Amino acid sequence: MKIGAFTFGGGWAMISIIEKEIVDKHHWLEREEFLDQLAVAQSLPGILAVNISVAVGDRLRGVKGSVCAALGTILPSFLIILAIAVFLTPDMIKNNETVSKIFKGIRPAVVALIIAPVISSAKAARIGWKTVAIPVVVALLIWSKLPVVSNPILFIVLGGVGGYLWFRKHLESTREAVRKGGEK
Amino acid sequence: MIYLKLIWSYLKIGLFGFGGGYAMLALIEREIVGPGWISEQMFTDIVAISQMTPGPIGINSATYIGYVAPGEASAAFANPLFGVLGSLLCTLVVVVPSFFLTVYTSHFIMRHKESAIVKGVFTGLRPVVVGLIASAALLLMNAANFGEQTQDIVSGIIICVVSFCIVFFTKIHPILVIVLAGIAGLFIY
Repeated sequence: MKIGAFTFGGGWAMISIIEKEIVDKHHWLEREEFLDQLAVAQSLPGILAVNISVAVGDRLRGVKGSVCAALGTILPSFLIILAIAVFLTPDMIKNNETVSKIFKGIRPAVVALIIAPVISSAKAARIGWKTVAIPVVVALLIWSKLPVVSNPILFIVLGGVGGYLWFRKHLESTREAVRKGGEK
Repeated sequence: MIYLKLIWSYLKIGLFGFGGGYAMLALIEREIVGPGWISEQMFTDIVAISQMTPGPIGINSATYIGYVAPGEASAAFANPLFGVLGSLLCTLVVVVPSFFLTVYTSHFIMRHKESAIVKGVFTGLRPVVVGLIASAALLLMNAANFGEQTQDIVSGIIICVVSFCIVFFTKIHPILVIVLAGIAGLFIY
């Protein structure tokens, strides 16, 4: 398992690759079990690829498995980026004319790459006319860089607590309706 | 002490980084660019490098910033060895919170997947995550990335719009878009 964890780690951000390795190639988990683990990994903070690897590692071999899985996922990207960081220093990007031109072209494209998931995630979250205010206000306040209200952590906590309260209220009103219906 | 500050920042990123890599960007920006450890441009460059290399953005940014930040903070840390130490610390610290959460709470969440608490919390988080990603996009639309002269801004906007259309309407891989944008940059600027 130790070696196995290292090979499947791979450091790939793409879940489909992890799924292929775990379910199809090594048959460590049934597909349904994997999807369950994925749902949990998605709901926890942190890096999804690491979370799912840790969940599978833990499921198969306990703490040892999860440690190996975490290291296996981190190591390849750690080494690659470290190598890049050694050669591509901030000074180099600034002072080498060719490199600086290339990065000038890349920067606006990166912005585009972030706008695209805004739209697709809004669709996935089923944002409608009623709920569209939430992401708009969150985005504008963080962008404003005002003290206190621009902290992303604040909105994550508010979103979680708000969602919980709304859902509880929703649940109570349904229960009440059921109770009233029963009395009649 | 720069290392303690880095550790504290990445602990926060690891603990509150809900919603995947893009949603984490706003948090990383605040923690890393805010105190002035790296410039806005450098931050965007790291996002670009993360896109082009395998591996999650959260890890990649931790490794890169851990390497660069000590040297940028003080000349006493200019030795690459201090950078490697920073890389190691940041990369480990960013996964520690979710590691323990995954090991110790995944059974709980699995059992209560249908419960009101779990469902409510995640329904509430979803629109917030959309806002987080949008704020990252807004934060990066600045002079550092698009230039200050009109000519630069115009070409920046053209690159941005064209890249967006390619990513959104075709199945062309984002890495190819970044490579093409880099080539375009060589000719334009």
